[in-house]
Amino acid sequence: MNYLSKISEQVAKVPRSGIRDFFELVQGRDDVISLGVGEPDFATPWHIREAAIYSLEKGQTSYTSNLGLLKLRKLISEYVGDFFNVDYNPADEILVSVGVSEAIDLALRALLNPGDEVIYHEPCYVSYSPSIMMAHGVAVPVATKKSDGFALKAEALEKSITPKTKVLMLNFPTNPTGAIAPKKDLEEIAELCIKHDLMVLTDEIYSELIYGEEEHVSIASLPGMKERCVLLHGFSKAFAMTGFRLGYACAPAPVIDAMMKIHQYSMLCAPMMSQVAAIEALQNGAKAVAEMKKAYHQRRNFMVKRLNAMGMECHMPGGAFYVFPDIRKFGMSSKEFAMKLLEETSVAAVPGDAFGESGEGFLRCCYATSMEQIREAMTRMEQFVRNLNSQ
Amino acid sequence: MSIDPLLLLLKQKARYSHTELAELLALTEAEVVAKIAEFEKQGVILGYQTVIDPELSGNIDVGAFIEVKLTPERDGGFDRLAMRIARFEQVESCYLTSGGYDLMVVVNGTDLRDIASFVSEKLSTINGIISCSTHFRLKTYKQSGFLFEVEEPEGRLPVSP
Repeated sequence: MNYLSKISEQVAKVPRSGIRDFFELVQGRDDVISLGVGEPDFATPWHIREAAIYSLEKGQTSYTSNLGLLKLRKLISEYVGDFFNVDYNPADEILVSVGVSEAIDLALRALLNPGDEVIYHEPCYVSYSPSIMMAHGVAVPVATKKSDGFALKAEALEKSITPKTKVLMLNFPTNPTGAIAPKKDLEEIAELCIKHDLMVLTDEIYSELIYGEEEHVSIASLPGMKERCVLLHGFSKAFAMTGFRLGYACAPAPVIDAMMKIHQYSMLCAPMMSQVAAIEALQNGAKAVAEMKKAYHQRRNFMVKRLNAMGMECHMPGGAFYVFPDIRKFGMSSKEFAMKLLEETSVAAVPGDAFGESGEGFLRCCYATSMEQIREAMTRMEQFVRNLNSQ
Repeated sequence: MSIDPLLLLLKQKARYSHTELAELLALTEAEVVAKIAEFEKQGVILGYQTVIDPELSGNIDVGAFIEVKLTPERDGGFDRLAMRIARFEQVESCYLTSGGYDLMVVVNGTDLRDIASFVSEKLSTINGIISCSTHFRLKTYKQSGFLFEVEEPEGRLPVSP
């Protein structure tokens, strides 16, 4: 059978994931030190795992409300109120999803009509452009620059706004660059969103993981922005709960209601034991989060220092757990560089172009791995760079 | 007051080199050396130990936890007697506790008899000791923050978005 004619054109148009290609190369090899992951190296804190086990023992294995357990939504409302300074009503402004990934898909499908344009800053998380396409939208990336620390600047954003622009997607701290958004930048962006009547999806998944003096600011907390924002957050990164697949969306009730329509028919609800684990995480997880954050902070300092010292220039990322060194001076594409590095040193780091065209010339190195591994990876990379320079 | 991050790191791993500590804390090596020397001088750092799995290392020492009841004294309460007990080399740790007894004394010996003679000849003969209740250690699951069963997160993908 010719399956090409059977697959939806919309899906067929979506290009293969660059990360998937690289994954297949790495997978076949042993003894690889991987800086290629996008998740914490910590297992979920024990008290959270224990809560999930307890919930299974108690037979809590049924469906929950489509929106998620009310107790969890109330805790999310408190947490978001404290942490982001935005108040959402647990009754109708919060939806618990299967990871932020699902929430992004729900939000885009709930907001877009075919042909609507969605602007996002690039390099960015790999799912943004495909999710927009699959929601029949038009993906409009805005390149961010190393010289700006990969922050999104209002001037660059405004140039990409057209009458068809409906949504702006933000992700600070950013995967893969670790960029954060200074409040002043966000204020200018917010002004544009109001001026052009844009909706904003703000993916806050790394927001606990910032290492500087300044507090994290969400665009949703700025004056006049709550009504046009969908705030997306979850438990994967800060609480090291990637496998629990639990995220949430906070937004004005009509938007949550539209997202819920899709969620109830496609997912029904997030798994109950994950929701119970999330309740424990919000009630008692702050200490574990602070400890993991401290470890990431130290590893970031170490990796940035070593990379710069060996001649792989990188900016100091303000958050998340990624360093994004510039490899342009070596005269190779990101892919060539990453392949050669893998072949010669068995260190895996993801080529920057996997995160969009403007990631070309960079490499994503994740420091969510043990200090021993990071140290060994840096030693190998140092030798690798020395060899390149002497050629 | 929060504990100095240098102390936290050393508590996790006393064998961090000065270079490593400097890198992790964004200090110079000289600053690290000076801080450690100061902590040692002040007695903030009392010593450095290695946590060893007794079974895997072939160590057949016997351990026990002894609940001790004492008569407190007019000046100093439990301190004088507690320190007197703590000074025995068999005593690994000694804590004043709340609850049904006064001191929790952790002792180590070469065999059961060794500990038995320590309890009957030394500990219980001290004036002021009312009673001793000895519990022998059967198995260790966690010590000084280290689990005795290594926990490896499984199935983490080498590359993920």
